[in-house]
Amino acid sequence: MTASEHALDNGDAGVHEGLYAGGIWSWVTTVDHKRIGILYFLTSLVFLLVAGVEGQLLRLQLARPENRFLDPDLYNQLFTMHGTTMVFFAGMPLIVAFFNFVVPLQIGARDVAFPRLNALSYWLFLFAGLFLYSSVPLRAMPDGGWFAYMPLTSSEYSPGLGMDFYVLSLLLAGIGTIAGGVNFFVTILNMRAPGMRFMRLPLFTWMALIVSVLILLAFPPFTVGLVFMMFDRSFGTHFFDAAAGADPVLWQHLFWVFGHPEVYILILPAFGVVSDVIPAFSRKSLFGYPVVVFSGILIAFLGFGVWVHHMFSVGLGPVVNAVFGGATMLIAIPTGIKIFNWIATMWGGQIRFNTPMLFAIGLVGSFTIGGLSGVMHASPPADLQQTDTYFVVAHFHYVLIGGTVFGLFSGLYYWFPKATGRMLSEALGKAHFWLTFIAFNVTFFPMHFSGLLGMPRRTFTYAEGLGLDVFNLISTIGAFMFTFAFIPLFLNLWRAWRKGEPAGANPWDAPTLEWTVSSPPPHYNFAVIPTVDRRDPLWHPHIEVGLGWAGEVEPGGVSPRVQPKEPPEPVHMPDPSYWPLVMGIGMLVMTAGALGSLGVVLLGLAVTMLGLFGWAFEPSESGAH
Amino acid sequence: MGAVVLQGCNGEYPQSALHPSSDFATRLDDLFTQIVWWAAGVFVIVEGALIYTIIRFRARPGAPRPKEVHGHIAMEIGWTLAPALILVAIAIPTIQTIFIVDRPTTDEDALVIEAIGRQWWWEFRYPELGIVTANEAHVPVGRTVDLRLRSADVLHSFWVPRLGGKRDLVPGHENQLWFKPDSVGVFWGQCAEYCGTAHALMGTRVIVDEPADFDAWVALNQGSAVALTDPQSRAGRGVFMANACVSCHAVRGSAAVGQFGPDLTHFGGRLTLGAGILENTRENVIRWLDSTQHIKPGSLMPDVELSDEQLEQLAAYLLALR
Repeated sequence: MTASEHALDNGDAGVHEGLYAGGIWSWVTTVDHKRIGILYFLTSLVFLLVAGVEGQLLRLQLARPENRFLDPDLYNQLFTMHGTTMVFFAGMPLIVAFFNFVVPLQIGARDVAFPRLNALSYWLFLFAGLFLYSSVPLRAMPDGGWFAYMPLTSSEYSPGLGMDFYVLSLLLAGIGTIAGGVNFFVTILNMRAPGMRFMRLPLFTWMALIVSVLILLAFPPFTVGLVFMMFDRSFGTHFFDAAAGADPVLWQHLFWVFGHPEVYILILPAFGVVSDVIPAFSRKSLFGYPVVVFSGILIAFLGFGVWVHHMFSVGLGPVVNAVFGGATMLIAIPTGIKIFNWIATMWGGQIRFNTPMLFAIGLVGSFTIGGLSGVMHASPPADLQQTDTYFVVAHFHYVLIGGTVFGLFSGLYYWFPKATGRMLSEALGKAHFWLTFIAFNVTFFPMHFSGLLGMPRRTFTYAEGLGLDVFNLISTIGAFMFTFAFIPLFLNLWRAWRKGEPAGANPWDAPTLEWTVSSPPPHYNFAVIPTVDRRDPLWHPHIEVGLGWAGEVEPGGVSPRVQPKEPPEPVHMPDPSYWPLVMGIGMLVMTAGALGSLGVVLLGLAVTMLGLFGWAFEPSESGAH
Repeated sequence: MGAVVLQGCNGEYPQSALHPSSDFATRLDDLFTQIVWWAAGVFVIVEGALIYTIIRFRARPGAPRPKEVHGHIAMEIGWTLAPALILVAIAIPTIQTIFIVDRPTTDEDALVIEAIGRQWWWEFRYPELGIVTANEAHVPVGRTVDLRLRSADVLHSFWVPRLGGKRDLVPGHENQLWFKPDSVGVFWGQCAEYCGTAHALMGTRVIVDEPADFDAWVALNQGSAVALTDPQSRAGRGVFMANACVSCHAVRGSAAVGQFGPDLTHFGGRLTLGAGILENTRENVIRWLDSTQHIKPGSLMPDVELSDEQLEQLAAYLLALR
């Protein structure tokens, strides 16, 4: 069946119908996973731009040696905010935006397991981000780095409110993140449509499941570390105080036992996107599906055993460094497996170079570079020269931009028609891809050299005599190009929203369940809960596939292949609720109060409890659950 | 690949990890070069396969739907084992190197130097020789240096790339780092663990001398401050002693015994000032004394209100302390 037939069957819902109807209040009280996904997307896009401008300012300062454009304190604040924002308020919530919009549709569910908790997660993310940025007008931006190493971040060496903003905003955001992890874990386990077995799940949903587990296991130690830091700073405890017999290195362990899995929280969803996009645009199912799934699981598992590779220069001794160096190298194996399977998927296919596919191919090529430089500093002796230099800055930007951002751009171009009912322009999309790809490499490739030639990280300036002028200037020029590369993206989004071609249900002829519903999907997603009897159910009417084999089976796939326009029987959907917002406000007030006012904390606690009770006893307008 | 591309540029990059000048740094660089070659091979294979695939299998109008191939167990095993073997080839020299570079030196003839990191300068103490100095360490060529690394405040990391890799200075710990320099020269380094406002301006120099030159330096630095001969520097000493300088700085053989800032007993013999950030010339000393907070924002040395004449005198005094 072709794309246009799907469009006819499902009708074309305009962008201003259905999903986008209703006023502000309907968005404030929404518990619809699709709307929450859109809120996540738009909010994190703003944070992405803010953090991008911060990065741009850093590059401007480093354009030439001994520049005095930014003073050191401001520079230190900006790199702290750049990293913290990118990781916690741009990268993760962008990923959660995709989880929200896509996962329930991919598994044939009508919403997530806990819709109101989902809304609370969003509010806590938004409020934590606003709280962090309230430090800007108060002239108290944190300046201890996103890694916040003790004892520099103790009240002795970082007096003032800066690091308190860091600690408290991340605690607040962390509550929402953990709640989100619970939500998607339960949703994927419990709410799959009949027949949607684990080994039939689309790869993006698989990675969402793995990432949910990573969140649940990685955030608690970080939360513990943040609470310790808060106690040390505010109540005079000595969790990290060497003078009192404690060990500041404990913070590094708590931070990185979270921080390294965090890297996989950021990259696995991007791998999931391209594992869906590459088959769709090669017109060929994923090569080695079970291997790609289990390599994702293996990456996540190993990800908890490698955190000391961030600490090879701490002096933990040869045995520790050898064990963690070896474990880190192991991660290259499942990562390589994924890359080989993606290439094998394309091999023998009919590759269409639409924008989602360009970004997916861009990920495969760029992430490979980041992976190879990763193997270089997996070797602890080699890392003794590389750690804390621009070589590492180059490495993780290849992973986080060449991997995460390219993957998310791919997903954006792939699912935008589903979310809005409109097609993006291919011409603008291609301009966006090529500008981004070139600017990204111009910015970050020279950093490999500046790092190896002696440029440490987190330095607001560098001496003329170091010979690093040219590399730094090229990086700064690239950063400007990167900023301009966003113009075609925003033009494209704006144009498509106004007058994009109607998308129809399945504009890409893609094989998974989200493409059986109209674009944008109705409130209830599926008028009839679908039944699935194979992987890629829209594609293979006659075969069931395994690893290395494909057998003839009864015709089938998904039933119904085309969703009816109206549900045949009434659909029960969760009611809108403002209680998550009330509870979120209460927790924000508590957080703000923790900067120094017990009264405000108690007020916030009261509001939180009010929200909690309102939530618990909220009557259902549409009858029994 | 940097090692390959940039070989032969020695000298232009005083802080380069790719131009080793000690046994320690050479071991790191040799290992890195091995890994770079493996990585280059993998890079060419993967990117080549990717580019070949997307060109060869680009969609053509009217082509039939591709044949479904869902996997291939032998290929999966192949591309699991091949990277694993490469990693073994990298892991073996890695682990051999770890057990050399992450252990204390076994050289009993090593020169012990204590390096103490402070916001934002380095103190060097030679316990066997009774020398205390700041920001610049002199060492003899061909003799192992056994660095004992301690922090007086926050985390720092000692990094002189051409002589050794990084090792952190952690409050409450003593870390060790050793290297045997193989050529004389001035080697640049700087703090590599973010340590606050002036982190970028916490530089250091290791000056590798011929043994005879080193012995001369030792003899000079073991002694107290030299006697002053000209009236300008004597007047400068008066300025120094009458101002807040003495509460932080020590000049052995004088009334100045401050411990908070760098020992200045032989300041005039140093190549740089301000922790490796300015050449140690008369003009720069005056600038530094006149506007410390502008040159090194955050420095714990306050701006001192002095007349131009006093600045001239003080600079003359400090530079006379050879």
